[in-house]
Amino acid sequence: MKIIVAIKQVPERDARIRIDASGKWIDLQDVEFAMNESDAYALEEALQLKEAHGGEVVVLSAGPERAGKTIREALAKGADRAIHIQSSDETELAKFDALGVARLLAAAVKDEQADLILAGLQSDDLGLGQTGVILAELLGLPHATLILKIEKTETGVKVLRELEDGWFQHLELPTPAVLTIQSGNSKLRYATLMGIKKAKTKEVKVVSVADLAASAQSQTPVVTLDAVKLPHKQRTTQILGGTPAEAAAALVEKLQFEVRAI
Amino acid sequence: MSSVLVFLETKNNEVSRISWEALAAGHVLAHGLSLPLDIAVVASPSNPILQKVQGKAPRKVYVIDDALLHAYTSDGYTAASAQLIDQIKPVSVVFPHTYQVRDFAPRLATRFNQVLISDVTGIEVSGNSATFIRQLLQGKLNADYHHAGDGISFLSIQAGAFRADEPQAGETTIEPFQPKLEASQIRVQPGEPFRASAQTVDLNSASILVSVGRGIKEEANLPIVQELAAALGAELAASRPICDAGWLPMERQVGSSGQTVAPKVYLAVGISGAIQHLVGMKGSQCIVAINKDENAPIFEVADYGIVGDLFEVVPALTAAVRKAKG
Repeated sequence: MKIIVAIKQVPERDARIRIDASGKWIDLQDVEFAMNESDAYALEEALQLKEAHGGEVVVLSAGPERAGKTIREALAKGADRAIHIQSSDETELAKFDALGVARLLAAAVKDEQADLILAGLQSDDLGLGQTGVILAELLGLPHATLILKIEKTETGVKVLRELEDGWFQHLELPTPAVLTIQSGNSKLRYATLMGIKKAKTKEVKVVSVADLAASAQSQTPVVTLDAVKLPHKQRTTQILGGTPAEAAAALVEKLQFEVRAI
Repeated sequence: MSSVLVFLETKNNEVSRISWEALAAGHVLAHGLSLPLDIAVVASPSNPILQKVQGKAPRKVYVIDDALLHAYTSDGYTAASAQLIDQIKPVSVVFPHTYQVRDFAPRLATRFNQVLISDVTGIEVSGNSATFIRQLLQGKLNADYHHAGDGISFLSIQAGAFRADEPQAGETTIEPFQPKLEASQIRVQPGEPFRASAQTVDLNSASILVSVGRGIKEEANLPIVQELAAALGAELAASRPICDAGWLPMERQVGSSGQTVAPKVYLAVGISGAIQHLVGMKGSQCIVAINKDENAPIFEVADYGIVGDLFEVVPALTAAVRKAKG
């Protein structure tokens, strides 16, 4: 089985949020980056399928040079090689909408003849939740989203899909297919020392965003991000200060006499 | 004539609440752009739910019906919706942001060389231009988006972001729409939906919920929140990572993939408040948040907050509750 896993490097969950001078994104100075959570689960599923059935796992990532660190991490965990769609700076990819980015990804993998393309179900930063689905449409492949488990069948795959309110469903798809993976179903592996050593010699093919865009029939974005803002508070929060004991006593008083819940 | 087209989703012969909210969002957009509003729904034209739809004052209700749509598939819904959109050429297409919509609407938008503006929490129309607000970075940031060019815009609306409309009187026509589908177009073969385990905990019957998130760090630390729940006479709930890790059963999970709750008091311990969690609990009467990060989005919906280390605050709170109860 040849499996491509699309991975995005995103700001760490507890990164400090300060809006940058452009007013369109956060200031990335001092921000640490990590592999997007659901992408890490997509990688884990791919590695488990390879262990069970053989084949190759190819990592695909679009981002500036710094994304190379996350790509190496995926290689250290066991992916075989990688394609890095490299942007010249922090803003080049922001000029593309989700369709534009998916076109770059599609152009980068169209000659790979993969059996499966996996992606996390959404990114922790932009949260658009659709890159994998758009990629499926661009490549003319069937897709399924919110997948927790993948089993190989004779003609394709059988997958477990999460529905709302605690419901689930099995689906069968012919391959090649695109699946977006939900977080949490398996335990993520750590890279071994040997894996980290091996990763240094694995192939990372770097293609520039500009070169790929030229061949990917890019169009003017149809959706643009104009500005980012800190959210308005939906309720007025009364912050109860002091020592833990003081704050706890104040809260109990509120719950007793204002909320009347105790 | 161009219109705003709102897709409703049905479950067990009921239009889902989030669909009515999407309809309300559609009305905001249609009113702002001075356009009529039409509805599309996959159903049999004789389905009794259509009587309910009539009360919402759309112009037309397009009832999409085909045997190949009886079980949901991304291929079937994409093809059928695309045919309807091709026929009526709306200015804007609005969906509720459900798991099903997330599955096929991005594919549908791509078919029109468009991008779904997903999980919209606000719409502001000024002149002829609409600004769509959505959240970034797990709810820590809001962003203004707009649709460029003269193509159709596609939106999905987050649960709880708009208040479902009161029924209004108005003329409605029901228009059956029979898409042209071939069985060979449906590549995905769906199985019957099932529930993993019987629900034995009904979080909705508890008046106080103590809900625990990633901040608890380890399973071994759970007793401190269990003691607080016991002291309060509360039921224990959790955010997704806790249930994924197997520390608490799935049936205690609150959020889009778990239960939606609205207790008298919802006490969130070490929960940052990602969108997926907030949609499951923001209807609670009183929300209390205990978190070490004062910028955590949970504080945006909280009535009372304690910024601090939960390992110090929670035991202090348990002691204070016991003292108050004598």
